[in-house]
Amino acid sequence: MAVKVLHPGLATTVQDLGRPGYFHLGIPIGGAMDRLAMRAANMLVGNDEGAAGLEAVFVGPKLEFTQDAVIAVTGAEMPVKVDGDEKPTWTAIRIKSGQVLSFDFLKSGARICLAIAGGIDVPEALGSRSTYPIGALGGLEGRAIAEGDSLPIGKAGTVKEGQAVPAALRRTPGNPAELRVLPGLYWHRITEEAGRNFFDDEWKVAPEADRMGYRFCGGRALEFVDREPPFGAGSDPSNVVDCCYPYGSIQVPGGTEPIILHRDAVSGGGYFMLGTIISADMDLIGQLQPHTPTKFVRVTMNEALKARADRKSVLNAIRTSLE
Amino acid sequence: MAKIEIKSPIPGTFYRKPSPDSPHFKEDGADVADGDVIGLVEVMKTFHEVPAGVSGKSIKFLIEDSEPIMAGQVIAEVEA
Repeated sequence: MAVKVLHPGLATTVQDLGRPGYFHLGIPIGGAMDRLAMRAANMLVGNDEGAAGLEAVFVGPKLEFTQDAVIAVTGAEMPVKVDGDEKPTWTAIRIKSGQVLSFDFLKSGARICLAIAGGIDVPEALGSRSTYPIGALGGLEGRAIAEGDSLPIGKAGTVKEGQAVPAALRRTPGNPAELRVLPGLYWHRITEEAGRNFFDDEWKVAPEADRMGYRFCGGRALEFVDREPPFGAGSDPSNVVDCCYPYGSIQVPGGTEPIILHRDAVSGGGYFMLGTIISADMDLIGQLQPHTPTKFVRVTMNEALKARADRKSVLNAIRTSLE
Repeated sequence: MAKIEIKSPIPGTFYRKPSPDSPHFKEDGADVADGDVIGLVEVMKTFHEVPAGVSGKSIKFLIEDSEPIMAGQVIAEVEA
């Protein structure tokens, strides 16, 4: 069983929940930007939550099925069509052999996750099928899918066609989007006023935002605390002695445009980081379109842990609703 | 006369010319053919050409050069 790619979309990649354990060697975790959406799509079609599906950004692919299949599309709101007929999102839908799956213009969010019962059965690389295009690792030959490709599909389990994730358990960014931040790491490098401005200002997603990092613009430039540059840091006040970068960390090169490192992040470098986006909000970033107004909201470690627990209970609620 | 809308397939920043010093791909009032490029959308560090996708007369742009654009937003109208 295979799926033929008639049109790949803009940058559609095979993704699962990523390959943890190699970041210290410079290989990022990767995986779906919106992990909850990928888990939910897999659950809908009876796959393991960590099965490989497709992640498509802004533009959906056009795919021809060569065998009957059950699929689910979650994440961004992008109308799903089977042979031109619109089908519901966040729902297990049947596709017959010979039918074509396509998508209309993106309505909200940024990335869809498409799961196919049986999962996309490309070989694992370092324990994951996720595509890391910059490292030419995983997925289909380490790259985004292209016209004429054939995607191998694994053996499907039992599927309850028509089941859907309740609307209350789906998550979409607000307007403005709010991303919660735990200040830290190198917070002491900026002035108190700069710290206040960062949280007061409304930022916008810059068009450069991608799987490696999300850049924001439109807020006031940061002012730094004077210092004697330590050996190896250089004279730019936004530079530090090279260090490890956590996922979600916010670096601000030159003090002007914050960049949040995401699933395909670089693992280290010499930019100071003013804090980290909490894990509960990482999925949300993957659903931000360019120019989306965004506010950063300061939280404490306890609030961050509470938010993480809340996300876990949403995931559990989805699991329960689909049993 | 029936108007046909040309929409952007992707969100990003819209440009009417191939480079800052070049003339517009299409001036207002020009005729367009199906495969004609009418602009660029910049997103994720890449510029994507936007083809007209229709043939028509007297194109009228509804969005300025360098403006933000959303997926599905109308870039221009042409007369059928």
